[in-house]
Amino acid sequence: MAGVKAFFNVTNKYFHLSTHTKSSNIIYRYISSTSSVPRDVDIVISGGGMVGAAMACALAHNEIFEKKKIILLEAAPERGKYILPENYTNRTCALSPATVRLLESFGAWDEIKEMRYQPVKRMQVWDACSDALITFNNEDLNDDLAYIVENDVILAAIMNRLNAAGDNVEIHYSTSATSYKFPGEIDDEGNKESWLTVNVSNGQSLRTDLLIGADGFRSSVREKSNFHTMNFDYKQMAVVATLHLSESVENTVAWQRFLKTGPIALLPLSANLSSLVWSTTPENARNLLIIPEDSFVDAVNDAFWNDNDKDPLTGRILESFSSILQNLLPVGAVSKQLPPTVIGVEEKSRAAFPLSLTHSSNYVKPRIALIGDAAHRIHPLAGQGVNLGFGDVSCLNEILTKAVGLGSDPGSLKHLLEYETKRQRHVIPVMATIDGLQRLYTTNFSPLVLLRSLGLHTTNSLHFIKNRIIRQASV
Amino acid sequence: MNTIKYSNRLIKFLCNRSDFHGLCRKTAHLFHEEQVHWRKKSFSLSRHFRTTSQRLDLNDKPKVERPRAQTTIDEEEIKRFSALAQLWWDEEGEFTALHTMNELRVPLIVNALIEQKQKTGAESHQFKAHSQLEGFKILDVGSGGGILSEPLARLGAFVIGIDASEENIKIAQAHVIRNEEVACNIKYICATVEDLIESEERSFDCVIASEVVEHVLDAPMFIKACCKLVKPGGSMFLTTINRTNLSYLLGVVAAERLLRIVEPGTHNWNKFISPQDLQYLLDHNGFSTRLVHGMMYNPVTKRWSWTENTSINYALHAVCTDQALHVDGQT
Repeated sequence: MAGVKAFFNVTNKYFHLSTHTKSSNIIYRYISSTSSVPRDVDIVISGGGMVGAAMACALAHNEIFEKKKIILLEAAPERGKYILPENYTNRTCALSPATVRLLESFGAWDEIKEMRYQPVKRMQVWDACSDALITFNNEDLNDDLAYIVENDVILAAIMNRLNAAGDNVEIHYSTSATSYKFPGEIDDEGNKESWLTVNVSNGQSLRTDLLIGADGFRSSVREKSNFHTMNFDYKQMAVVATLHLSESVENTVAWQRFLKTGPIALLPLSANLSSLVWSTTPENARNLLIIPEDSFVDAVNDAFWNDNDKDPLTGRILESFSSILQNLLPVGAVSKQLPPTVIGVEEKSRAAFPLSLTHSSNYVKPRIALIGDAAHRIHPLAGQGVNLGFGDVSCLNEILTKAVGLGSDPGSLKHLLEYETKRQRHVIPVMATIDGLQRLYTTNFSPLVLLRSLGLHTTNSLHFIKNRIIRQASV
Repeated sequence: MNTIKYSNRLIKFLCNRSDFHGLCRKTAHLFHEEQVHWRKKSFSLSRHFRTTSQRLDLNDKPKVERPRAQTTIDEEEIKRFSALAQLWWDEEGEFTALHTMNELRVPLIVNALIEQKQKTGAESHQFKAHSQLEGFKILDVGSGGGILSEPLARLGAFVIGIDASEENIKIAQAHVIRNEEVACNIKYICATVEDLIESEERSFDCVIASEVVEHVLDAPMFIKACCKLVKPGGSMFLTTINRTNLSYLLGVVAAERLLRIVEPGTHNWNKFISPQDLQYLLDHNGFSTRLVHGMMYNPVTKRWSWTENTSINYALHAVCTDQALHVDGQT
């Protein structure tokens, strides 16, 4: 889910960036010759997507930053007041309870509740090659596992709260960083630069204690400051769309089926609408975008229902395994529920984007911290991408609060390294698990299918493991 | 004094005992009694200091000889450290240990000062998290590049940093100038404690001599001078190195010669002072010691931690209690 947002955000930004730089270079050259005195600020956040805006908002509502000057650079123009459209948009996120806690801390969650969101009370994940499945739900469906919210709604809620905050945060719309002068660089007079200077497309130059790179998976902050980055192309595209369901039910279940070509997920949006995220081969994705709506709906239903890939041998082994397991463990039979039937697709809601794994080996350098997709981008199959980004925001906010409380320089590497360590300990296992799952399920090689089916089935029977997974996913 | 405050390490094990929790805890709900607008006061202060700074010619001209008899400064040491001064603000460079020591000494100072204020304060009002030290006037003796002065000023205190090396003073001034808020709260003066007695006697809420005592020629005289500057009820914070066999081994042999954490020649073991001796000196100047705590440096993680063991580095907090004795001490 996160990837969905990230991609669009980034493409948007990219667009603005490239159109801006040309015209603004000229402006900048002109201005820089007239005024070369940089403006001193405390923190610059590059990128006003969901994660960047949340960072700005968290700092704006943090008492300890009351007297600091924080600037948010956003490539997109100011949108004005957000009016909730009647139709749902196709870019959605599954927000974890931890993300909700962060949004609550600065009041954005209340704004989202006033707009719209859909809780997920149960999750069912199953294999196309066998009957193995796993379900997640918190005790008796009381607690919500996640919340499906449209990206636009999340961003609007955060921006509302940001505008309502004090004047310590300035938002510079339609601007982006054009060049940077990093600390340690030698200037014309042979002095070592102590601060970081950001030259902005509007001609200003900002000298800052700390630059936070929240500029998406093609982060210019990351690229210009030479962070070592690992990149892996999944050779998959994710197709998103808003789907109409056949009957109005209590739509609170997230469905995901692992097909040989990639996972397909159906996420609840409202009583009769769901959001689709279908990771598949690029050829198939392109085809899905151009076929008529009827055929698209048939393709989606077929992907959830067909039994073509079933491995008969695995099926039989799994059956006997399951009966043995039932004798050993006092668990009720796992009932496989069936996903709702899709009857239509919202007009013009189909879109696709490529999937990749991006990971920056470091998240910090002197006076630079990367957050969100700028630091790590993962496969959307578990909907964890944006939650990891919001996790970065919580963590960096915490570390900066501590640093400023000590009277320390917020750009000091000794604090930033603490952020990096904490986050990498969390992000890397999540990333490895998701990457591993993605690899494990894109094959129909019988022994592997058998192993993964037995594994999934066993995991599903062991409640303590499942609860631990739920807890892990909500931290 | 050139505050090249070096401290020794080669501690092969990590000591995580933090008996100091009480002191290090976050001061979320703190109160303090009166708000003094130091910015206004700083003008009158600068008047006081004019004599000092003119005499020492703060700005550009060559160094003026200071009357020798009056001082506790070792000229040799000043030379040694001026060469290092460019590196003050490189956190990963020569002064890493001093930068990371802030993680212990800043909370120590902040918590003690606020506690002190709360005890004496009749009216309590909410502290602002970003300016916890507002209203405190602090003297940082041997301020060096301003590694400790700046954080304290950022927390709202009015800080005077004095250092005998003009180069250090210039480095400190150049570094702070970028931030107007902080620059208003700091004044760096090339002077000695003795220079200040005339104009600033008993005027500071707090005097800090962090990693300085081990570099002065005459510690008793230095301590006496520092004590005279503290207001009755005010605090003195000292961090230094104990005079033990272990401190010789770690502070001089290991840190300077083997590990090269510190420039060789930084420390002279004979100048190290034990906490008992320091307490004795403070007692004589009307100060009661509130706390002595060991500090340990881990050369691998480059972090400090509190420890009960004071045989190497330690921090000491004393409060000016007896006014009569204090007056006595002056004569």
